[in-house]
Amino acid sequence: MKYSMAQGLARPINAFARMGKKYGLEWWILCAGAVIILAIIYMAILPETFTSFNPYDQNAGPQLAAPGGNHLMGTDNLQRDVWSRIVYGSQTILMVSVLAAIISSCVGIFFGLISGYAGGAIDRALSLMMDAVYVFPGLILAIALAAMLGPGVLNITFAVAVIYIPTYFRLVRGQTLAIKQELYVEAARAIGASGFTILMKYIFPNVIATTVVVFTLNVADAIMIEAALTYLGLGLPPSIVDWGMDLAMGKKYLPSGIWWLITFPGMMISVLALGFTMLGEGLAEILNPRLLER
Amino acid sequence: MRNLLRYIITRTLMTIPMVFILLTIIFVVLRLMPGDPVSAMLGGHAPEKVIEQKREELGLNKPMTAQYADYLWKICHLDLGDSMVLQQKVTTAIAEKLPATIELTFFGMLITLILGIFLGAYAADKRRTVRDSAIRLYGIVVYCIPVYWLGLMLQLIFGIWFDWLPIAGRTGARIISSDFEYSGLYILDTLLKMDWEAFGDVSMHLVLPSLTLGLTLSGIFVRLTRANMLDVLKADYILAAESRGIKHSTVVYRHALKNAFIPILTMMGLQVALLMAGAILTETTFSWPGMGRLLLERIYLRDYPMIQGVIIVFALMVAFISLLVDIIYAIVDPRIRY
Repeated sequence: MKYSMAQGLARPINAFARMGKKYGLEWWILCAGAVIILAIIYMAILPETFTSFNPYDQNAGPQLAAPGGNHLMGTDNLQRDVWSRIVYGSQTILMVSVLAAIISSCVGIFFGLISGYAGGAIDRALSLMMDAVYVFPGLILAIALAAMLGPGVLNITFAVAVIYIPTYFRLVRGQTLAIKQELYVEAARAIGASGFTILMKYIFPNVIATTVVVFTLNVADAIMIEAALTYLGLGLPPSIVDWGMDLAMGKKYLPSGIWWLITFPGMMISVLALGFTMLGEGLAEILNPRLLER
Repeated sequence: MRNLLRYIITRTLMTIPMVFILLTIIFVVLRLMPGDPVSAMLGGHAPEKVIEQKREELGLNKPMTAQYADYLWKICHLDLGDSMVLQQKVTTAIAEKLPATIELTFFGMLITLILGIFLGAYAADKRRTVRDSAIRLYGIVVYCIPVYWLGLMLQLIFGIWFDWLPIAGRTGARIISSDFEYSGLYILDTLLKMDWEAFGDVSMHLVLPSLTLGLTLSGIFVRLTRANMLDVLKADYILAAESRGIKHSTVVYRHALKNAFIPILTMMGLQVALLMAGAILTETTFSWPGMGRLLLERIYLRDYPMIQGVIIVFALMVAFISLLVDIIYAIVDPRIRY
């Protein structure tokens, strides 16, 4: 059966609207979040479509020019174009945050599964270690790690990743412990399934739904912490373009009324973190049974 | 009453292993990470012998277990060592800066609670309206705004464009802090001394930083209060109170809120960590002479004993405040016992 263009587009749009009617506010929040994230990912992957200036070019325009004309967001003290620094900065922040979240989740889920399934001494030892890190104030631990490791993309990724491992660990361990008691797991073991099979086929898939939500919120948090670390001057060398660092640099010129150096990087950090948070919150409301509110 | 006492004692004893664990983490992070503090301190070009001598002096050549034992022993004696860079004891330097941080976090928390709880209660009261959705959105958005960026924006708007409030430091140019310094908490000190000019000045300086800190954390409390209030408002006794003719606002803001308050109290304990983190960032933004700024300064100077000391104090503050909140929680809710 052949669809016309209008008919072809109508079905996904209808599905879209149906979700909206069914889930209300959360669905629109989720969509808004997704749109923001995709837009910024697009900005990171294809920066040339957004700006023709080079973020490292120290001769792009007059020094500390206000927004307008050639320079959408003005120029900074080293005569670099602010808008291009924003565009290219998205690469750094996305890379560090997403990578840190991936590392966190892999390590946390792995140990959570093992700890929950194995139980006994391993469980107690791992839980103790993870609880210790969990209880420690997050940013302070990140600052300590970043300070000791020194500047560098991998160092800052590591510092940010370590903080969230216990979150995944606790979540996955709790769920593993619960699922372990289920009848179908017992049945699987009765027919001789190995521990590995049980973990992979039964426990892991059930764990994924909540983990995805935590992952998105984790990325949002990682973005905030990465920006905070670079703002404090701890994470990255000045040669890398980063929003947090631009904030720190622009701070010096604030008393002279030069607002464009700090407004735009900060706004972008908020927007990106917001995108991931909205995605996570929307997902959380939709994936979990809605018994919280009527 | 005896049950309560038992709870308090048990909970306090439980803090000891937690403190122990926190101290161990700090030790691990600050000692076992790559990077040699001594050569960094001496500038990286010092001759081998000098480096060795310094290491010997600082006890860095002993085996890890001995260093660990030393470290714990010293802390029990409240000795956090000497600064590597300036000639002062770590504890002295921290004691100087601690009141500033306490003042900032106290007022920040106050603003967070007032704003968060009342907005949350209002949103629960008006659920499924636009105002409710707007407040929920506020809750999400505000968490994503970096503390330091909000601080900078507030500085820009209120300090530079409008020039209503000062943007840096705790006191203005003409106010000499030694005039009224007793406890280091300037609001308290100026009040005690009845130095109204100084009080006004110190309050003005406190407005923007605590507002910044308070606003960013309020989002969490808005959402939490709203969720708890929604549960409480479904209860039968609320319906009973309404049908008895008690004014709606009294029912919501006095009776319901009081009942919803307890989980919020627990949350407060968990937020202290965020409060400390926010305080560090706010202090750097507003040049507030507190422990956060001390920490950052000393990181740049590579003053490891000081860095370690400040982090220890932060971690201990978090542990102690959690303990306090849990005890208050137990006093307020007689159902909480071991």
